[in-house]
Amino acid sequence: MAREEPAFKLKISNLSLFVLYVNTTDMVQLKNQLDMRFNKTLDFFSNTPVALDLSAIANSGISPNFAGLMSFMLDHGMHATGVVGGSAEQREAAVQSGLGLFPDTIVKPAVKTASIPTIAPGIIPNAEDNQPELPGLGLTIKVATGEPNNSNILDSDTQLQKPVSQVPPTFRPTMIINKPVRTGQRIYAEGANLVVLCVVNAGAELIADGDIHIYAPLRGRAIAGAQGNENARIFIHSLEAELISIAGCFKVFENGIPENLRGKPVQVLLDCSDLIIEPLLN
Amino acid sequence: MSKVIVVTSGKGGVGKTTTSASFSSGLALRGNKTVVIDFDVGLRNLDLIMGCERRVVYDIINVINGEVSLKQALIKDKNCDNLYILPASQTRDKDALNLEGVERILNELKETFDFIVCDSPAGIESGAFTAMYFADEALVVTNPEVSSVRDSDRILGILAAKSKRAVDGLDPVKEHLLVTRYDPKRVEAGEMLSVTDIQEILRIPLIGVIPESESVLQASNAGTPAIHLDKSDVADAYRDVVGRFMGEEGLPMRFVTVEKKGFFKRLLGGR
Repeated sequence: MAREEPAFKLKISNLSLFVLYVNTTDMVQLKNQLDMRFNKTLDFFSNTPVALDLSAIANSGISPNFAGLMSFMLDHGMHATGVVGGSAEQREAAVQSGLGLFPDTIVKPAVKTASIPTIAPGIIPNAEDNQPELPGLGLTIKVATGEPNNSNILDSDTQLQKPVSQVPPTFRPTMIINKPVRTGQRIYAEGANLVVLCVVNAGAELIADGDIHIYAPLRGRAIAGAQGNENARIFIHSLEAELISIAGCFKVFENGIPENLRGKPVQVLLDCSDLIIEPLLN
Repeated sequence: MSKVIVVTSGKGGVGKTTTSASFSSGLALRGNKTVVIDFDVGLRNLDLIMGCERRVVYDIINVINGEVSLKQALIKDKNCDNLYILPASQTRDKDALNLEGVERILNELKETFDFIVCDSPAGIESGAFTAMYFADEALVVTNPEVSSVRDSDRILGILAAKSKRAVDGLDPVKEHLLVTRYDPKRVEAGEMLSVTDIQEILRIPLIGVIPESESVLQASNAGTPAIHLDKSDVADAYRDVVGRFMGEEGLPMRFVTVEKKGFFKRLLGGR
């Protein structure tokens, strides 16, 4: 008797997953903030599986209305798949609503040193800062409980980003900054190029998904192609930077910037995953 | 139209309180009705520098909590008729300051005073934030060393993004750079940043340079603002700062270069 071909395989895979941290049991507030955050970017999620982390509300004694939550998440293209954490009652209620159960805490995979992170490790926010993680290591979405920050200049705060694999190429107008970028400030040109006309001081950070042009001294950090665009370039009027990075390849200047480049106009580009800095004047 | 001026720096120990005391005294000496407020709740110092620590009965927190009137808490300066001090509380913490309360006090002070000088605590926490939030102008006090310049840069970023003027979309806070504890000799020796180096990083207009001097410490311990010292370069420098702030033009920037000692001075071993 001939052996039957196996109809399935069961394997454990490590897939990146968005996690929505539920910080409140007030579903109206949550819905309003979700709407506010994602209404401008309607295509941010497209039937994307999302886990719900309930640890912040585990002690509230209230089980959120999972059916309602799932339905308005679906309006934004998020498929709630299961819950992480939460009290026994909350997990029971989640199962009743057709959600799966993840283990109690999220185990973050170790970053392999061999792979190039999508973004320089230095810009991953500290654990103490209450902010979403950046792509590459990204698996969290946090719903801010504060007011939305409309300013382009984010003070140690950052915008949500999408993992590399799901980037729909969208065109956005170039972001132009015409005042000094000071230490502690972070500017992110999401899905766009970034042009800076004033000095970028040490401790400041420029991030763009496209190119970065700086028509003044760059003393802080510049990270272009933040979502993995290897064709992104950085143009700098006067190179005095702490760090430059394109599509996750980065360079720090521990021993100072080479004499022939320091204070000079340069461009930075990626050539076969080598970061090249070349003078702009011939 | 009265003005609110914050004296701020980010870093501690650079001379904010010394500057607040001398600057407000200088404004008052020119006939302006001036009040100086200590925002360093929990570590109050201004009253010591102004020499009025024994006259503190009520403080800004008492006024914010409505326990006493502003008039009861204000202390008249011993040196200048036009100057009043609103001390900080020593026994409370910085969270006792709230924006609504501070705004109420500032609005009440604006009815009487031409200039309201806010002496900010160090750091970028709530106390420093509250001190700068309502400012029209800012004196950013910086020492000629990298960490101080870096912290001033941070403060300038916060002023530009989070002050009331920035939030309300009004004209930005007018920023002035004040370099203190400047020692031209050490600058020449390459041990300190020069004024040009500092301006190159911070890129805001320079309002003055206060030389490093032992007399500042003596004045602090004596409870007399440095601007009142006789024959002192620090006092001259602070008077220049006040002059420039009031819009006087053509004041030369003194104390930036090493003074050449004359023959007799060298002969007599003068310092």
